[in-house]
Amino acid sequence: MTALPESTAKKLGLVIDLDTCVGCQACATSCKEWNTQGYSAPLTDLDPRGANPDGPWLNRIHGYEIEPDSSHDSRVVHFPRSCLHCETPACVTVCPTGASYKRAEDGIVLINPDTCIGCKLCSWACPYGAREYDVDQGVMKKCTLCVDRIYNEHLAPEDRQPACVKACPTGARHFGDLGDPDSAVSQLVAERGGFDLLPEMGYKPTNKYLPPRTKRNTPQMGVEALPHGDGSAMDRLFKLADRLLSGTGN
Amino acid sequence: MNPAYSVILFTTASGAGYGLLALLGLMGTRAGQSTSLLFAAVALVLALGLITVGLLSSTLHLGRPERAWRALSQWKTSWLSREGVAAVATYPMAVAFGLVWSGIIPKPEAIGPLGLLTALLALITVFTTGKIYATLTTIRAWNQPLTVPIYLFFALTSGGALYLALAALFGRDPDTVAPVAGFALLMLGVLKYRYWQVIDAAPRDRTMANATGLGANVRQWEVPHTSKNFVQREMGFVVARRHARRLRGLFFILLTVVGLLELAASAIPAFAVPAALVIMVAAWVERWLFFAEAEHVVTLFYGNPQA
Repeated sequence: MTALPESTAKKLGLVIDLDTCVGCQACATSCKEWNTQGYSAPLTDLDPRGANPDGPWLNRIHGYEIEPDSSHDSRVVHFPRSCLHCETPACVTVCPTGASYKRAEDGIVLINPDTCIGCKLCSWACPYGAREYDVDQGVMKKCTLCVDRIYNEHLAPEDRQPACVKACPTGARHFGDLGDPDSAVSQLVAERGGFDLLPEMGYKPTNKYLPPRTKRNTPQMGVEALPHGDGSAMDRLFKLADRLLSGTGN
Repeated sequence: MNPAYSVILFTTASGAGYGLLALLGLMGTRAGQSTSLLFAAVALVLALGLITVGLLSSTLHLGRPERAWRALSQWKTSWLSREGVAAVATYPMAVAFGLVWSGIIPKPEAIGPLGLLTALLALITVFTTGKIYATLTTIRAWNQPLTVPIYLFFALTSGGALYLALAALFGRDPDTVAPVAGFALLMLGVLKYRYWQVIDAAPRDRTMANATGLGANVRQWEVPHTSKNFVQREMGFVVARRHARRLRGLFFILLTVVGLLELAASAIPAFAVPAALVIMVAAWVERWLFFAEAEHVVTLFYGNPQA
């Protein structure tokens, strides 16, 4: 049903560390691999090796550059973007069929692939570009927070987290209950000053982003003049040793 | 926003259909049973035909048209669902009105209430269509008070032009529809002028800095794909300002032509026929621009510095 729950028992979501993400795309490929056989299956790939590969991805990694100014050097920030599982997601309330819904128990926003009519209105209502249309299946696709992993008792307990979190080699992705102020993710957000994307839109995203740490400016390495020999016996001895050790033989 | 032809066809055709239907209902209420069975039949078939063509076009725009009936279920939250419910409810009412108004079922006392209800439902449907766009906070150009009245006045203008053309073809007095159509056209011109003023003056204060949280010096460095993706194709389309200005000018020229033809039609009714054709061209231009000028906030993640 597209009416939103008054509140959710948990607020499951991701915390993404923009400081440590290296843009390796492991989360995106791991997401595609799991979800093309999971809840959202299949995640169609059209023309995958051709000139115009196309198809839905539930997680996309942008790259942004922060241009240098007097206080810092330029830097590149890798920016994974997926559904933020908002508290007031208009993508859900605009859905005419009830295929989109927000779960009362954990706050996950899902699409029922059996009742979605592919009208695409939810993608218009999302400020974050989290919903993509699957041309082949005729329905919308979005991040499920790996709902088919996190509660999956067939998996080892340490594997019951989203595929993207499991795959991240730098530990830039964290999964947990952001509604519980004592959870590890909430602590991390408090400690690092985690922020919302486009807070002025009022969607109250659950996922948080951790800002890049302030980078110390690289000290300017002045090129120093090589010391000139003074022609002393010690100096000639060093020159001999240098020639012998560098093997130039002259 | 991508100006998809199926959606443009839907909103322009069904808008004209609902506008015509509303005027037929109101005229039925005012003047009672139609004096010509043929006029009544042709007018109703044209109105419902345009509505049906529009609805079919929007249904074919769906990924899963066979599931379209499900869209009637979420009227509590979704304006798209409300539009579906209103559209479906209008059909039987229009048919019932048509049967008594044309005289096929001789029940003249039912013409008034059925005509009013038909007109009301037709206008409610157009209202819900406008609301679908007006409630999307992600698109500033649509998310404003002028969107819904423009949809309503467009329906009455195009429906009115169709009514006048039909009246001319059947040699009938257009009665009060002529001033109503003229008034709607004038309102449409004024509101649309104001609409463009408003969207041109709107602050573009949503920024890439806010979207990414990376500060004012941020710019796009790498795109998250190897070829354009759905979000860019659907939401990334924005017409060049220069082209938009030209098309806005064209719209006002077309609207003026319609107005002049309708004025001329008060002397020589035949002029109402080209007026009806020209208003449909104007509707197409306006609706194309409505999409093409709409900037979606998601573009901030894809290199647009402000929206």
